[in-house]
This record gives sequence, structure tokens and C-alpha cells, in this order.
Amino acid sequence: MLKVTDLCIKVHEKTTTDTLVKDVDLYMDRGDILGIVGESGSGKTMTALSIAGLLSRHDMEKSGEIEFEGINLLNVERRVLRKLQGNEISMIFQEPLNSLNPLRKIGWLVEESLRIHTTLDKEERKERALKALRDVELDNVEAIYESYPHELSGGMRQRVMIAAAMIIEPKLLIADEPTTALDVTIQAEIVELLKKINRERNTAILFISHDLSLVNTLCENVIVMQNGLVVESGKCSDIFNNPQEEYTKKLIAAIPKSPF
Amino acid sequence: MEVNKNKRIKLILGITLTGIIFIMLLLGIIKTPYDPMEMSSELKLTGASFKHIMGCDQFGRDVFSRILVGVKETLIVAGAVVLIGSFFGTILGTITGYYGGILDEILMRITDAVLAFPSILLCLLIISLLGGGRNTLILALGIAFIPSFARIIRGEVLKIRSLDYIYSVKLFGASDLRIIFIHIIPNLKKVLLSTVLIGFNNAVLAEAGMSYLGMGVQPPMPSLGRMLSEAQTYIFTNPSIALFPGLIIVMMILGFSLLADAVSDLK
Repeated sequence: MLKVTDLCIKVHEKTTTDTLVKDVDLYMDRGDILGIVGESGSGKTMTALSIAGLLSRHDMEKSGEIEFEGINLLNVERRVLRKLQGNEISMIFQEPLNSLNPLRKIGWLVEESLRIHTTLDKEERKERALKALRDVELDNVEAIYESYPHELSGGMRQRVMIAAAMIIEPKLLIADEPTTALDVTIQAEIVELLKKINRERNTAILFISHDLSLVNTLCENVIVMQNGLVVESGKCSDIFNNPQEEYTKKLIAAIPKSPF
Repeated sequence: MEVNKNKRIKLILGITLTGIIFIMLLLGIIKTPYDPMEMSSELKLTGASFKHIMGCDQFGRDVFSRILVGVKETLIVAGAVVLIGSFFGTILGTITGYYGGILDEILMRITDAVLAFPSILLCLLIISLLGGGRNTLILALGIAFIPSFARIIRGEVLKIRSLDYIYSVKLFGASDLRIIFIHIIPNLKKVLLSTVLIGFNNAVLAEAGMSYLGMGVQPPMPSLGRMLSEAQTYIFTNPSIALFPGLIIVMMILGFSLLADAVSDLK
């Protein structure tokens, strides 16, 4: 479904060129969960943003291929891209406070993509939104529908984001460090929720994190990135039990051990 | 607690001062005690009295009545200038901030050029091209005000544009226009409000300045700046005719500044 080959992202500054991502390959099928791990600045978010088609800065140069269902996203028209963005690819972000427009009610925000892509009337949209909120295991959805983002907790906001992203039933959900800003118990709940979504709707999930233990519980396959390069990729269990590269070994050694 | 008290004082003082100005504006529109244009040789340069609470000027016109009408004229000019500046400034700032790139460079360099030009000189140029009068003054000051608005709005748009929620609606497939009008511009409200209030102050001062130079509201129509400039000949013999218009300008500026401060403090 998604095939990335030789993806390179370069940023041109006045005289120098920075390579942020170099020769990244990845492959996902429907229903796959792929993890990308790596330290800050390793290029994992850049990779995700370019797959989502959100990297459109003028000083950036992208090369390689991002093939989604047979369409190369890197040189497709903006109109086609927008259609794909709304219907097939969704994304959730790290900071759940910044990812919701502060002036609008939750219901309105969750309905936004329906408003753009469908001709449903108000009642139908509300029905869909309430269902989406219920699907992400929120309680008291009628009240949440009428509240503003700042009235919700971080975990609830992240659930709302997932609801907004899933309301159009995308084939691919990109989760860019969705649990980093949350505490450990909520992290586990969100991971469970993503698992459930993947199981029930067969949505492929590209899960980006620097937390290897989370990646281990969620993903089947994983790629490890460092300085814009893929250092290692393969089945999660293989990599965790038998890491080949020095960097992967170090990352695994850095997982905090339970003191109990 | 102390901080809160300060804020409250600012807000109350701001509202009081702008309230007084507002009442004067209404009076100026409804009815002035005397005809502000009527001259009289007996009343020439008489000081304050019960009949003429601010005295009369060098032509025997009632200063209080003239101030009431002057406040109206000044506020009309300042309001229209801020309206022009904020409207075009918002459009320009949003376009440049949102799209960036070459367009941004070109438009921002043009605004730089306008900013680098002393605004009085710019207004003089426009007024000498188009002739004097209130409407030309509004146009001239309006053009001079656009760049500062555009810069502030551009900065704010740049900030909002890189927030995750803009990315997320973009990913929902929203068009650029939808993102700009529905997701960015409503979020500019707070910045816009305090910018407009500060801009309003500058516009009042600029109007007074231009009228003082004789390029704004044309005589015999009064405006606060014009009254100041006419009074300067008599400043040592009859200071009161310069004092009152000056005082009103100070009140106006202080009131709007305090109000702008208090509004931008409000969360």
C-alpha cells in the first residue's frame, strides 16, 4: 500500500545544504503497524511529514519516491494530494494542545474533515462525530461534543485527535510521537486504543516514537533511524532480541529497567 | 494580587477616559452648546466663564463647542485610518505569512520601503498629489499605516501556521482559503484587537500632527490638531485655548493606551 524508496530531504540554506533524511526505504501493507524509532533529530518526523504531504517549504528539496496505492505523492498535483490527505491518510501529533484549534468546540473540530469531503447535513455529521468520539472510548460524549479543547485533559485531547483523524476511516494513520506528552498510564491506554483501531478497522499505523518499549508492544516491524539514515530494519522481535548494529544495541540498553 | 490590582486600575481608568471621549463624541454629533463656527468680536480671547466653560478663541468662537466637533473629526479620521490599515494590513500579513517564498520577500521589501520613508513625508507627497482635505488625509495616513499592521499580522500568522492544528486540518484536506479564513484569521482576533487600539492612538496623533501642519481637516472645520496649531500664536497670552485641545488629545491617547494594555492582558 505504501512504499517509500530512496527518500531524501534536503534543506538549502544560503550556501550550505543540509541533508535531513537520506535514502530511507520503507514498506507497509494494509493493517501493518510499523514503528520508526530514533533519537531527536534523526529524521523520523521529517519522514512522516513528507509521507503526509505536509512538507512544502520552499527551501526544501525532496527526492525519491513515496508511492501510496500506486500514486507517487512527491510529484502529484495538489488537488489529488488533498483528496488523498482527507480520505486515505490521517495524522496525529505530539502535542495534543497545539493540535486542536483553541477557538472551536470539539464537535466542530471532529467534524471538520466531513465538512470538507462529504455532503452530509448537520445532523448526520453530529451523529458521525458522536460515534467517532465513542469509538475512542470517551465517556459522556454529548458533553465533550460541546466543550472547548482547553477544558479537556491531555489524554482526552489526544483521544479527540484520534477521533478526528479516524472519522473518515483512513487507510493509513501516522502517529507522530502521540504519547510523548502524556503520562505512562495514559500512554498505555492510547497504545491499546491504536491497537484496537488497527485490529477492528484494518488501518495501517505508522508509529513514530523514541520509546522503544512502546514500539515493542505495538508494532510488528520497526526501523531504527539515526542522523537521517536507516540503521536497521526488520521484525520487531528480531531486532529486540538480536540487534545487529551498535546504535540499536545502545538504544535497547537505554530502556529503563523496572526496579522491582 | 498586586498585579491584578494594577490591571484593574488600568482597565477602569482606560474605560473612564475613553468613556468621557465617547460622551464628547456623542455630544459633538447631537448638539453643541454654541455654533462652533460662529465668530464674535466681543468674545475674542475671553477666558473660561460659566457661559463658555473653556473660553473663546481668537475669533470669539466657543472652544468647548469646537472641541466637541474636533473630537468627532479626529475620531472619524483616526477610525477610518485604522480601518484601512488593519484591513489591508491583515490581508497582506496573512498572504505573506501563510504563503512565504518569493511573494513574501517582494511584499515585505515593499512594506520595508514604505516604513523607511518618514510617514509625514509620505503623507505630504500624497496630499500634494491629490490635494488636501479630510478624505485625502485618511487615504494618506491609511497607506502609511498598512506596513506596521502587515508586519504584526505576518508574525502572528507565521506562528500559527506552524502549529500542529494547522497541519492537522491541512491533512483533513482543507483548502488554503479554508485554512486562512476559518482556522487562522479568527485566531488573530486578540493580536488584532490590541494592535488596532495602539494603531488608533498613533492615528489620533498623526491626524493632530497633519492638521497642525495645515494638511488635514480644512478650516473653519475644527479638529484637535488644527486648534492646537491655531492656538500657538497665543500660547503666552492666552494659554487656555491651547491647553484644552492638548488636554483632550492626552486624555484620548492615555485612555486608548490603557484600554489596549488591559485588553492584551486579559486572558
